[in-house]
Amino acid sequence: MSSTRMGDARETILARVREALRLPAPPPHLQSPALDPAPTGSLPVLPLEAARPWLPDGGDSPEESRRILGENLARLKAELHHVADAAAAAAFLADLARGRNWKRVATHGHPLVATAAATLACDTERVDAGPFDKDALEACDAGVTSCEVLVAQTGSVLVSSATCGGRALSVLPHVHVVVATADQVVPTLGDALHAVRERHAGRLPSMLSFITGPSRTGDIERILVLGAHGPKELIVLLVG
Amino acid sequence: MTPLPTGSATHPGTDIAAPRLAKKKFLHDAAEHVRDTGHRAFVRKALGGYYTTRDAQKARYRDYEQARDAASLAKWSAVNRLDELLPRFAENFTANGGQVHWARDAAEAREIVLGLLRGARAKAVIKSKCMTSEEIHLNQAMEADGYGVVESDLGEFIQQLRGEPPYHFVFPCMHVRRDEISDLFQKHLGSPPTSEPEELTMIARRHMRRLYVEADVGITGANFLVAETGQISITENEGNARLTAGLPRVHIAIAGIEKVVDRLDDLAVLLPMLATAGTGQPLTCYNTLYSGPRRAGECDGPEEMHVVLLDNRRTEILADPEQRDSLHCIRCGACLNVCPIFKNVGGFTYGTTYQGPIGSVITPHLRGLADWNHLSGASSLCGACTDACPVRIDIHHHLLHNRRNAARTAPGRFERLGHRLFVAAASRPWLFAAGGWWFRKSLGLLKALRPPLLKAWLATRDLPPAPPHSFRSQWRRR
Repeated sequence: MSSTRMGDARETILARVREALRLPAPPPHLQSPALDPAPTGSLPVLPLEAARPWLPDGGDSPEESRRILGENLARLKAELHHVADAAAAAAFLADLARGRNWKRVATHGHPLVATAAATLACDTERVDAGPFDKDALEACDAGVTSCEVLVAQTGSVLVSSATCGGRALSVLPHVHVVVATADQVVPTLGDALHAVRERHAGRLPSMLSFITGPSRTGDIERILVLGAHGPKELIVLLVG
Repeated sequence: MTPLPTGSATHPGTDIAAPRLAKKKFLHDAAEHVRDTGHRAFVRKALGGYYTTRDAQKARYRDYEQARDAASLAKWSAVNRLDELLPRFAENFTANGGQVHWARDAAEAREIVLGLLRGARAKAVIKSKCMTSEEIHLNQAMEADGYGVVESDLGEFIQQLRGEPPYHFVFPCMHVRRDEISDLFQKHLGSPPTSEPEELTMIARRHMRRLYVEADVGITGANFLVAETGQISITENEGNARLTAGLPRVHIAIAGIEKVVDRLDDLAVLLPMLATAGTGQPLTCYNTLYSGPRRAGECDGPEEMHVVLLDNRRTEILADPEQRDSLHCIRCGACLNVCPIFKNVGGFTYGTTYQGPIGSVITPHLRGLADWNHLSGASSLCGACTDACPVRIDIHHHLLHNRRNAARTAPGRFERLGHRLFVAAASRPWLFAAGGWWFRKSLGLLKALRPPLLKAWLATRDLPPAPPHSFRSQWRRR
């Protein structure tokens, strides 16, 4: 495709869009009195804060958010374990690896993850220490990652390609273990988006993924099966 | 292992050689399907769990109706500012290191993707669910050019093996029984027979793992394009889109131009609404934002990322202010799940990429009202679709609007004749009375003769007995 034809297509489409929008559309049929276009004559661009009291609750205090997170993770068939400190997380992970007879566990260089994986008796594979072998990662029993935040409202783990071991680590191995601190729990999706924007100001990671429970499908007779293509199990270790 | 069928020649649902036949085919297939009570019961049962989980999740919203308002408003303000937001998305995505391609129509979109595959010297292509690729018949074009392509979404994979298009744009193989899937896997993948959905899923999982690792190019759709940040958002449950966009060297996403939203914050409302309306989940398992190829300092990800922005007559819907809101659609599939017509005639009968009520609204715009107006009649106008829509699209009224538009452009011959006769009679009291007398006398004859025009109606209904006297004479006697 030559660049001129490309430019033509862009111009044609944008010209069609401009032409189409010359006739204004009627306002949407809304039920909320707060959004009545009549007083101002035009529709407000709704700040996210306005929708917050309508969406599922994420909790008003850190304790409440952690409780809601726990309930949501349980509903999603994900595991949540509270551990006192980094050493306890390491002991928990080592037990888990022994109990499951894991041969090889994939990790990345985040301090929380490094500490938790330090006492693993099995082989470990670092994905961020130079180019890694996709086949080797695929063969790993589990992937251990950090996360950006945990979202109480939806029971989600937010991972990014910048700080949580890239794109494949949290989805290719059969079990995904997340190590997080209790202060990483935020109430809502909106808070989670706000947090990553603060943290990566002006330069968002190339991938941000809200993981909500282990991989699943209902494609066969709408019957729920866990572990469709991603991890069959999601285990969250909450430190502190 | 049998090679994958090409799927192209046997796509009964999406490619009708002579579109004039679309209506005939619809009526024929609908009649066939309605008779198949076993199939209908199977589909109803499959949807049974959906209502329960959806209602439970709706109850967790503190005000679901107002949340619908917020979602509706987010889409309304994006679609009505597409002239401003589309270039902004393109600019920001390009600044993130991605490449944007514009496609006026299906042919142009196919050409762009094939060009990218040639440029990447692709050998193996893996795809995750992408309805726009169904719309432009991408798989057939890729296969014609000699590229092997595998659908990684379990439902789409099953449909690819069956050589069928998706039955439902969210639940592609909801009409297929597990024993059929077992036979299919036995034939194509050489797996042992099983009746366990879990085991069948694992067979597909094991089969696909190698393919993710080996593919050079991954093709996905996009649920939202965020103008503010130049990111695309992909919603999925299985993790196959994550792998498709994570492992291959090149990532291509194909999206309709109406997928743009203004702000990243809009997703904090739209993602939960999409999940709740679509499947009754708090959030779909993976909601992933991609802003471009792998960045410096990241340990993996594609070297190139492309977004193909597809018009393909979406701007014609945009040009109709009355039905512009049908571009708000986030493809959750809720309107299909509640539609009495969909549940009775099934997904294939529509013969469209997008089935169900929303498909019946947009297909006449995308593919011509003259040939597809019959879909406007594929509705009982009960309004269940409109009630279910998380972004408040006025679906069932649009079906009426399409009927009106079709009558304006090409009014039916009999309808026109009927109206002319009525006008002639209604403006002459003596003729009106005589007509009434004749009609009362001949109603019995009409029942006995069953003329072809009334045959379909009389097949399942009885005409009421004619009253002995006209209303006017009864009134006079009072």
